[in-house]
Amino acid sequence: MKKVLAIIMALALIVCCFSACGGNNGGNDSSEKVIRIGVFEPASGDSGAGGKKETLGMQYANSKTPTVDINGETYKVELVYADNGSDQSKAPAAASELVGKNVAIVLGSYGSGVSIAASETFNNAGLAALGVTCTNPNVTAGNDHYFRICFLDPFQGTVLANFAQSKFQAKKAYCLGELGNEYDQGLISFFSDAFKKAGGEVIADSFPTNNSDFSSYINKAKSAGCDVLFCPVSIAYATQIVSQAAALGAKFPILGSDTLDDNMVLDAAKGTDVKLYVSTFYAEGGNKDFDAGIKEYINSNADAKTANGGNDTISAVTAMGYDAYYVALEAIKAANSADPAAIKAALSSVTYTGVSGDIAFDEIGDAKRDTAYIKTADTANAAWIFETQQSVAK
Amino acid sequence: MEFLVSQVLSGISLGGQYALIAIGYTMVYGILRLINFAHGDVFMVAGLFMIYLSASLPIYLSIPLAIIMTVLLGFIIERAAYKPLRTAPRMSVMISAIGVSYLLQNLALYATGGQPKTYASIPWISKTIYIFGAPTRIVTVITPILVIVLVVLLSLLINHTKIGIAMRAVAKDFETSKLMGVKINNVISITFIIGSFLAAVGSLLYFTNYPTVVPMSGAMPGLKAFVAAVFGGIGSVPGAVIGAFIIGICETLIKGTDYSVFSDAFTFALLIVILVVKPTGIFGEKATDKV
Repeated sequence: MKKVLAIIMALALIVCCFSACGGNNGGNDSSEKVIRIGVFEPASGDSGAGGKKETLGMQYANSKTPTVDINGETYKVELVYADNGSDQSKAPAAASELVGKNVAIVLGSYGSGVSIAASETFNNAGLAALGVTCTNPNVTAGNDHYFRICFLDPFQGTVLANFAQSKFQAKKAYCLGELGNEYDQGLISFFSDAFKKAGGEVIADSFPTNNSDFSSYINKAKSAGCDVLFCPVSIAYATQIVSQAAALGAKFPILGSDTLDDNMVLDAAKGTDVKLYVSTFYAEGGNKDFDAGIKEYINSNADAKTANGGNDTISAVTAMGYDAYYVALEAIKAANSADPAAIKAALSSVTYTGVSGDIAFDEIGDAKRDTAYIKTADTANAAWIFETQQSVAK
Repeated sequence: MEFLVSQVLSGISLGGQYALIAIGYTMVYGILRLINFAHGDVFMVAGLFMIYLSASLPIYLSIPLAIIMTVLLGFIIERAAYKPLRTAPRMSVMISAIGVSYLLQNLALYATGGQPKTYASIPWISKTIYIFGAPTRIVTVITPILVIVLVVLLSLLINHTKIGIAMRAVAKDFETSKLMGVKINNVISITFIIGSFLAAVGSLLYFTNYPTVVPMSGAMPGLKAFVAAVFGGIGSVPGAVIGAFIIGICETLIKGTDYSVFSDAFTFALLIVILVVKPTGIFGEKATDKV
């Protein structure tokens, strides 16, 4: 009897799985013309939170402009999602999933490592990929299919090093990153280069994946007498570092990269006396219409609110996701075709003025950006305050 | 000085938190000869219970409720995934444990939506105090004391109560104690209940110190607690506790040196060395009671 029950339950589970698949594929058989844009973002793993916020910007853009005209015909734009799990080993499979669903262009990913891991899959399929906030130079270097709309790590690392020296007169910096994470280590090396060039001293350290005890590292930074702590790490680690630094009474400011620009990190800093500064792509207040629109979208949609971490603070990556969607639409319009190869060819000459600024691509496929926003955490009210616009010191 | 005190303090508290998880591993192994791979994930789920409960209930209600729910979870896991396999080969139970571990991780992924969750700060124990000039959270000081109290209570239970005698009997000889009329299933359930209770207490302390919970939060502490249990001689409660303190302190001290990159490598290298030199672990003498 028990066995029969077990088998029935197992079958029920399988049926559920299949019916779920069926639900996703159904509903496309109307005569309406559809062009698919692949969303290659993490919905789980270390960067799941960031990926969801980036996706949120695309969804909002898609809800505002759900169609595009190609050759006088109106195509419905459909976003197709694949979760790369923030994991470089899962990224190629997620990329293949998008290729299999016949997308015309790919947006993403949040996180450079997964973008690099999936790059070859997109290349083989002849697809253009448009990086939204993946800042590592290797994403676009040496290929002609990966583009991006954000600034790069050499730029970001230098900006932060300049900021540390101009704002805090920092002489000694402690850098902490995740072992084997290209994003973290890349930024740390660019930061170190710029910091040392200006006469500073750098102590670089790494922690293993899934580590949660950061007190040793913070103690080390304290006892070494560092003036700033630079930790360009994933959100889950950043929250730990911020709250443990607060508990250990760290006096030095914490500098973060674009990943730290997140509500979760803000929550961790809430009510403490941590000094937290992050560099980012967009600061709330940069575009009033966009701010109001996205807040309304988030507040009117429970799923969107959950994806945004339960409140309506605008993440820079959301603004970037929003811009990326429109850049993709511009490319489709410029190609005047739904053919992936034509879109890829058209993308390099697209120019667009988005909420995060002007976007144009150089010959490598990178956006020409020369300023980053620096925000600081208002720990009493759990809000980001715009600090300054920093560009690279000449 | 401040640096060293601070490092040793966080090492001791980390060790204490590993100890509370390691006891669960070692007791279940002692009785069932099963490495309960899901134990680290029960620890993580205890953290999530606390987060969701404290969102709507006051702390003094949500702490006991979270502990009770974790205990129930441990009990249900044993009844649903291990008990039906009592007569199956040991390997099947082990695989079932791995299955439960992944099930819990993925359920947590589904529940949290992949977002890191911030642990509720429990008033008083998350406050910062100064010891020899080194700032630390009160929980750091409480952890070793609480661990010692719980271990003393646990050894009283094992050595001086009827259920304790039954546990020791089952650990020594499963079949014979069954023939002698010991209610095996009750003994095993109680073992899981104790293990889950300690994991829940451990998670309260651990996540107060490291207040972010992600679905993988249980994996690393679970693995290290398991190493600690093997290190101290799996099956022995005092061994697990001492092993956990050694691993916690060594790990923290290494992170404080220039070789911080090797802190995890060290933990596992230590495991290999111990197994090569003394395969039964520090306290794993043949004559030791297996609880």
